Parts: sequence; C-alpha cells; structure tokens
Amino acid sequence: MFEAVLLTVITAATPLLIAAIGELVVERSGVLNLGVEGMMIMGAVIGFAIANQTGSGTLGVIGAIAAGMAMSALFGFLVLVLVANQVATGLALTILGLGLSGMIGEAYIGVPGLRIPELYIPILSDIPFIGPVFFQQDAIVYIGFALIIGVAYFLFRTRAGLILRSVGDNHGSAHALGYSVLKIRFMAVLFGGACAGLAGAYMSLAYTPQWVENMTAGRGWIALALVVFASWLPFRVIIGAYLFGAVSVLNLHAQAIGLGVPSQFLSSLPYLATIGVLVLISANRRLTLVNTPACLGKPFVPDR
Amino acid sequence: MKSLLKATVAAAAFLAAGTAANAADVKACFVYVGPVGDFGWTYQHDQGRLAVVEHFGDKVETAFLESVAEGPDAERAIERFAREGCDIIFTTSFGYMNPTIKVAKKFPDVKFEHATGYKTADNVATYNSKFHQGRYIIGQVAAKQSKSGVAGYIASFPIPEVIAGINAFMLGAQSVNPDFQLKVVWVNTWFDPGKEADAAKALIDQGADIITQHTDSTAPLQVAQERGVHGFGQASDMVAFAPDAQYTAIIDDWAPYYIHRVQDVLDGTWESHSSWEGLAEKHVVMAPYTNLPADVVEMAKATEAKIVGGWEPFTGPITKQDGTVAAEDGVRLDDGAILGMNWYVKGVDDQLPQ
Repeated sequence: MFEAVLLTVITAATPLLIAAIGELVVERSGVLNLGVEGMMIMGAVIGFAIANQTGSGTLGVIGAIAAGMAMSALFGFLVLVLVANQVATGLALTILGLGLSGMIGEAYIGVPGLRIPELYIPILSDIPFIGPVFFQQDAIVYIGFALIIGVAYFLFRTRAGLILRSVGDNHGSAHALGYSVLKIRFMAVLFGGACAGLAGAYMSLAYTPQWVENMTAGRGWIALALVVFASWLPFRVIIGAYLFGAVSVLNLHAQAIGLGVPSQFLSSLPYLATIGVLVLISANRRLTLVNTPACLGKPFVPDR
Repeated sequence: MKSLLKATVAAAAFLAAGTAANAADVKACFVYVGPVGDFGWTYQHDQGRLAVVEHFGDKVETAFLESVAEGPDAERAIERFAREGCDIIFTTSFGYMNPTIKVAKKFPDVKFEHATGYKTADNVATYNSKFHQGRYIIGQVAAKQSKSGVAGYIASFPIPEVIAGINAFMLGAQSVNPDFQLKVVWVNTWFDPGKEADAAKALIDQGADIITQHTDSTAPLQVAQERGVHGFGQASDMVAFAPDAQYTAIIDDWAPYYIHRVQDVLDGTWESHSSWEGLAEKHVVMAPYTNLPADVVEMAKATEAKIVGGWEPFTGPITKQDGTVAAEDGVRLDDGAILGMNWYVKGVDDQLPQ
C-alpha cells in the first residue's frame, strides 16, 4: 500500500523536478523564463511524434530535448539579443508552445503511444520495498536525480558555476571582469529548455504515454513556482517536487480509501502546503536574500 | 492623403464583397471547454460540427473556439461569436450556462444552444443526452466482470449530471450484485491526463479491478491496460488505447442533434426547447463490446434493448445513501429529479462533496 503510493508520488514529482531544476539554472543566471509550460508541451509532442515514427523511446527523448532547446533558443534570441521584455516573451513562448504543439500533434490524437521501459537495476531491485520504489524506475527518473546532483555540484563546486551565479547576481561586474554575460545566459537558457523538453517527454512517454492537447495541464507553472519555493537551491527542488507530488497523490488515495475529507479541500492542499513552506522559508530572510539572484529578470545591454 | 483614403475605401469594399461572396446561409458556431484533440468530450462535439459541415456543404459555415475557460472568458467568447454574425451558437459545457443566458439577452436574434444546462429563454435552448442510460449498462457489466467486487469511479465535479452517472452505474451494478462496492475519487478537473492516471492508480491500489471515469482523457484506461484491470471508454471509443482493458464505451454522438438544429435554423423553424435524448435516439451509443464473455454481452445488449424500448434506469426501488426512499418500487424518477440529482444511492462508498 505504502509502496504503491510512493510509486505514484515518484511519477507525479518527476516532471516537476526536471522542469524546475532547468529553470533554476536559468534564473541563477539572471534570466526569468516564464515559458516553461510552452517548452514542456513542445517536448511532449515532439517526443511522442518521434517515438511514434521511429519506434524508439530514446530517439523520442532526444527529440524532445532538442525541441525544448529550440524553443528556448528562440526565447534567448528575443530577450538576450533583442532585449525584449522577459515576462512578456516568456508568456508568449507558453502560448506559442501550446498552439504549435496542438497543430503538430493533430495527427497523433487517438494514437496509442509507447512507454519508455523501466530499468531494473540488478540485485538492488530485488530488495523488498526499496527495490521496486527506487531501483525499478524508467531512465528519466534517474536522470532527474542525476540532474539535481549535477546542477548542485556545478553551481556550488565548480568555477563555471560560480561564474554563472555571478552573472545572475551582478551582470555589470561579471561583464567588467571579462565574462560574456549574454553567452553564459544563453547557455543557461538552453539548458533550461533541454530540461523542460525532457520533462515534456516524461509526460508523453512515461507518465501517460499518449498525446493529447494541453496534456502538461499547468505543470510548467508549478515548476516555476517550485524554483521560488526552493529558494534557488537545487536540493530543495527535490523536497518541493516530492512534497507537491505527494500531497496531490495523497489527495486521491485518501478519497479512494474513503476518509471522507472534502475533495475540494484535498485538492487545494498542495497549494496550501506551498504557501506554508514559503512562509517558513522566508522567515530566514538572510538566507533568502543570499540565494535570490539579484539581477533576476533585469536585461543586460553590454556597453562595448 | 486622398489616394490613401481611396485605397482604404476600395480595400474595404473588396473585403465586404469577399465576405458576401463567401457568406453561407447559416453560420453555426461552437464554444468548446477543452481542446478538440482531447479524444473525449470536446472531440465528440467537434465530430458533430464536422458532420454538420459534411451534411450541409456550402450552405452552412461553421466556426469554433476551443479550450474556453468556464467563467468570464466564456462570456467574452460567446459574445464575440454573436457579434461576428453567428446565427446559432452551441455552448458545450455546463459552466457556460450563465454566460450563455447573459449574452443571449443582448442578442435576441441569435439562437443559442447550451449543452447540459437547465436554463432556457426564447432564444436559448438546452440539449443533453441521457448518458446515465449507458452508465447503467456499464455498471451491470462491471458487477458481472469484477472479481474483487469493487469498482473505482474517477469523477470530475459534483454536478447533477456526474452524480446521476455515478448513481446509474451503482444501480446497474447492484442489479447484478447487491453487495457491489463503488469507490469514488473526485479530481476536480475535466481534463488532466496525469491526475486522472494517478487517480486510477490510487483506486486500483485500493482494490478496484474495474475503472470508470467521468473525465475526458484516455489516461485512466491506459493505466487499466497496464495494470491488467478493465474499464470503459468515456465520450468516444477509446479501445485503441486499451485493446485488452476496454469492455465498451459510452459514445456521445452529437451529429444527429446538430444537423437537426441547423436544419431548423435554415428552415426558419427553430424554437427553444429542452432536448434530452438517449440510447433510443442514438444520441448515446454503446461502443462494440470487447474482452467480454458472450453471456455478459448478451445481458448488456438486452438491457440496451430494454432502455431503447422506453425503460428508465432510475426506476424504483431506489434508496438514498441516508436510507430514505427516493423512489418506491416501480416508480420512475421524473426528469427534474434526475437532472437535479444531488444525492447518492445507497452503497456508494463516498461522501458527496457539498
């Protein structure tokens, strides 16, 4: 029973986790990309289409990542090169993604998809309880965890990560020191796009292997909120994604068991939990201030 | 300046001529709550629209807006259609009721058709289908086929239509197995494949081996297929998604109604009414029965024939969850009681969200 709940929590949390860790890197570099939902849905449709055409889930995932990156490259060009407003461009990217994916996906409606196979890690997956929960997942779940660890290591233990954070905190100084602010930001934006695309592929190739319009159903926005929730710290993204996933799944299990709690209240629980944790986090003002990228959303125009 | 003005006037005249040449006799417009690609509720409405296009050809022009949120957005969308010269506007979700009535007051010459609501006006008709007839049948099938004696029901919002569906399912199941159990999960959305899939998983984990849904995506059936349990398609035939899991599907077929009503507008005989038809008029159609033994198929078809013959699933004895009697033996609930249903029948393992 507990094992079953945990399994559903992992599938519910994974797309949030992956999209959020990508956006975290983008925001750490000082760019606010509100187009996560749009990049994610493009990843979902392209991933589904390619997997469907080639019969290969791996190619589908690669295609989804490429689609997310292509969307983010467009965003990067608009906000970094043309210095368009980041909020407006991000929103436009979401709308574009939702519309474009609907158009591309029209041929795939009602077509059963293929599911990425689960990887059974030898020996470990035979351990009772721990095995099925942690060592019998599909590859994307593991990639998600690897991404968190990788990003945490990159941001706080490498020189390149330090440079990326400095670009996000004070682009003027970083520029004066000779770093190419725009190039670094563009790379970060591309990474965010790749993660969003991967999260989309998880939706259409693992979570619910099918294509339907608007199938991400707002998860890109939740991923955005998770970045703030995590106060821009990678490991907190795990906590946030799993808390959110757990509360929304527990809502369904509580109803199935028949606890008799009003379902509307249960549905609002994830959001109440988010607010609660945000209040707790913001109580520590110093930590929050230190971790908020100071140049978040501010455009940078190099003065030659 | 003058030449620019001239050009503008010429362009305007050209545009006007263009529209006039294209103008069909009737413009029928549709407002959808989901994407046309949901392969469920909205998909079926759009199939109805396409049937209108095919039936009337050039005589009728159609237009639609998809994924229109219920609420203020809906009012804007409906009003836009009314201003654009639509002759008849179909608003296809329960939540469009008040916006439809409101806009209809401003445009007395435009005809409005609201699906699944209960408010009418001189220029507002309502139409709905007796989906609960199909749900009674799948309830019977579920009780026959379930080994655990427990079914899971994924419900969207606690509105009468959904509650009547749950009750009809339960009455059908109880007619086969009086001890049948039904677990209900409210997901508070019409369309979120991920959430619907999670709800299906939760229900299966709680012992349900039959999954049925009143939400619009194919995700729950896919979960049923993977977990080796069974289920029913919703709104359209979803057998492609669950070739081993789907027993049948309750298909909404709006085409006959849409063609009929557009014809009325063409003939100038359109009048407001409340249409509520079911299996008999083929507004509700059962998909081919699959993965079922012959005797169960026979039972389902016999029930179908009985309903087509005029029998109503909400015929007593019906006991409410609180133990009071809803209908005495042999007494049929009237339409108002079904359309306004806000109580569970006895045996549903859930408390109705208030």
